[in-house]
Amino acid sequence: MFRSPLIRFSAVAIVAALAMAACGDDGSPAAANNSTAGTAAAGSAGAELPAAKLSLVAYSTPQEAYEKIITAFNATPAGKNITFSKSFGASGDQSRAVASGLDADYVAFSLEPDVTRLVKANLVAPDWNKDANAGNVTDSVVVLVVRKGNPKNIKGWADLTKPGIEVITPNPFTSGGARWNVMAAYGQVIKGGGTEADGVAYLKSLFANVPVQDDSARKALQTFTSGKGDVMLAYENEAIFAQQKGQDIDYVVPDSTILIENPAAITSTTKHPEQAKAFLDFVRSPQAQQIFAENGYRPVVSDVESPYDFPTPTGLFTIADLGGWTDVTAKFFDPKGSIMSDVEAGIGVSVG
Amino acid sequence: MADATATLSRPLFGRRSGLRRLNTGTAFGVGLATLWLSLLVLIPLGAVVWRAQEDGLASFWDAATAPEAAAAIRLTVASALIVAVINAVLGTLIAWVLVRDDFRGKRVVDALIDLPFALPTIVAGLVLLTLYGVNSPVGIELAYTRAGVVVALLFVTLPFVVRTVQPVLLELDVEMEQAATSLGASKLTTFRRIVLPNLAPAISAGTALAFARAISEFGATVLISNNLPFKTQVASVYIFGQIEADNTVGAAAVATVLLLIAIVVLFGLDLLQRWAARHA
Amino acid sequence: MRFIALGYLAVLIGLPVVLIFWRTFEHGVKPVIDSLSDPAVLHAFRVTAIITFWTVLLNTVFGVGIAILLVRHTFPGRRMLNVLIDLPIAVSPVVVGLALILVYGKFAPVGGWLDDHGIQIIFSYPGMVLATMFVTLPLVVREVAPVLEEIGTEQEQAAHTLGANGFQTFRRVTLPAIRWGLAYGVVLTIARSLGEYGAIAVVSGRLIGQTQTATLVVDERFQNFDQTTAYAVAVTMAFVAIITLVLINVLRPKEHS
Repeated sequence: MFRSPLIRFSAVAIVAALAMAACGDDGSPAAANNSTAGTAAAGSAGAELPAAKLSLVAYSTPQEAYEKIITAFNATPAGKNITFSKSFGASGDQSRAVASGLDADYVAFSLEPDVTRLVKANLVAPDWNKDANAGNVTDSVVVLVVRKGNPKNIKGWADLTKPGIEVITPNPFTSGGARWNVMAAYGQVIKGGGTEADGVAYLKSLFANVPVQDDSARKALQTFTSGKGDVMLAYENEAIFAQQKGQDIDYVVPDSTILIENPAAITSTTKHPEQAKAFLDFVRSPQAQQIFAENGYRPVVSDVESPYDFPTPTGLFTIADLGGWTDVTAKFFDPKGSIMSDVEAGIGVSVG
Repeated sequence: MADATATLSRPLFGRRSGLRRLNTGTAFGVGLATLWLSLLVLIPLGAVVWRAQEDGLASFWDAATAPEAAAAIRLTVASALIVAVINAVLGTLIAWVLVRDDFRGKRVVDALIDLPFALPTIVAGLVLLTLYGVNSPVGIELAYTRAGVVVALLFVTLPFVVRTVQPVLLELDVEMEQAATSLGASKLTTFRRIVLPNLAPAISAGTALAFARAISEFGATVLISNNLPFKTQVASVYIFGQIEADNTVGAAAVATVLLLIAIVVLFGLDLLQRWAARHA
Repeated sequence: MRFIALGYLAVLIGLPVVLIFWRTFEHGVKPVIDSLSDPAVLHAFRVTAIITFWTVLLNTVFGVGIAILLVRHTFPGRRMLNVLIDLPIAVSPVVVGLALILVYGKFAPVGGWLDDHGIQIIFSYPGMVLATMFVTLPLVVREVAPVLEEIGTEQEQAAHTLGANGFQTFRRVTLPAIRWGLAYGVVLTIARSLGEYGAIAVVSGRLIGQTQTATLVVDERFQNFDQTTAYAVAVTMAFVAIITLVLINVLRPKEHS
């Protein structure tokens, strides 16, 4: 007699579960299966492309820039019939999402390893970065963000290891942005003639002055703007973004710093390769690069006007100068044993 | 949240509810419940445990006992224990006041107990950071200290003990306490000898839940803690870091250790209640 | 004693509540209304509502079923089931996301098979509902089970002797008896579902206008320094949850002797 309620329950539940799956599918963002009736040579600029819905998966900082770029793209003949589904989040999270099955046609991340992950997962072709810009669509540099008016008079890297100075930078094991910061801090020692040992020593002194390690660059910015710390390591475009949003900060471009290169690529699993390529081409065009510049990014093409003064540091270097991301990741950021894991352990032990 | 483990604390024999042997209906129900639980909880968690040992048990052990992992686990468990104990005491106190006392706005206060449930942890974290951060409007700076982590955990675990103890307190026959008092027992003795034994199963059930919640917390603590590896990084943030580094085996290893600790604590408290019920 | 309790609550809960409201309405009511009218925000509310609806429905049905099973029946492994019900609370949201992707992700065994048949779990509604159900699993069970225990089987047995079948007994005798425990469990599930962030963040894919939930909007807006919208959305959800909780508390008669 007591089994009936259970059986009734189960019937209701199974029906409900199936209904949910069905309804869920209706609302699910499966890639649109618009038929691309074979058009000929539609890749040339100015030709209209068949309608498609592209899935754009990017890191969070360029969200406003991409919204504007999409609008501009829709005004061109190539982009007229193309709609977008957009997703923005932390670069690593987004990259892992695509690797776990998030449908994407166009991906843009804040550092190359997030694309490499997709190459390894056979979701992006290995020759994605063989173009003139090595796959990058925007640049930036690591800067030193300070309080408005620079009360502590921070001028360069040497000031960061002074006693009593608090430096904010995220945890390089949870944040891609933090890795640019670390490599900038390390690289400027090397660029200035120091040895690897000097560079590591600098990292150790630097991290001894870091009171908080947030898990993402944006959280670090929140921490800094909420009043903690004297100087923060950040991307130049993040600093500009914060200033645009009314935060009371200034930033110093050090003489020697790393060129941050942000990659973008089309996935190999895209159902609309022509349209995706058209969008990528547009992103690299002067018009889109101008939009990036207005949002604080350094364009990768020349002759783009910008409201911001993007000074070129005398001692600018790139990740390639330091060995490229693959080597750097293994040497500096392997949690099982690397330069940064030693540095982090060193802080833990010394303060106990 | 009401106390459920107390439902099974009474011995099976002589229960008021009728005994049902494993008939078809029960078997079907058990099967369905198992299926449901499996699809939703057991198989996914099993996949995590599987991933943890995918590279072999030695690798699992290394990952789980790596210095940073061990530090994170220690901090998490220690903070959770502190928070559990504080909740056991203050939660019972609050439940007592809500049941036995009367004052204006009591119903509103009662409802607000569940606020930590309704607030996204990320918002809770941000609010706590604003309150106890560098520019604290109340002048208390707790952020980026271990105390800050404890406060964040206290916030998210508030409802557990309160809600487990409340219904039991409501049940409790005040006559026994009144009798004890009229016989000359002090309030403390009355509480200790009469009330507490009856509340013990509920308190321990609520404390177990508070502990379980505290070891899994991520959103509120990640903002208010300084997340320094080896020092103030809680286990869930460490796990996140491992995932970020594409080291899912390491992440799964620490997750498995936490799961085992949780199971041990939950089972332990279940046993405690059985014992307490027999000796009540 | 009252003062200790109320003082603790005032500091722990009261201060945050005051701060949230102050921060939300700092610049007046109009910016709040404007930010809540943003189409992306409205859609996010809709997504959250849909997920909450399904989570509550499924977890209620199975919650009551499991409660009946635990209380009215005996079987080997009953204690184990009882402990396992509480387990989801101990699982960190990061791990929930990881666990679900390992099984239901597109490149995972079960997920891959489903994907071949056109059913997408992760990065779609079913995945988000699964994640929310995971974290709210114990709530209904833990409210209904003690009440079932409480009321005993006399009435149910009486109904049976009078000729009622199982379902009639359930509908006419059991269900009314457990209704307040059930209601409270449902309301707690609603509250928790509205506020879920961590696990959903991993399995949602954050597709704006599609799988972005209200809590994800809160996160996004905070990160973009749009504090007004972030707080506005957070306050709205907390408000809905609190209202339902207050209603239940007010409506529930103090029936326990």
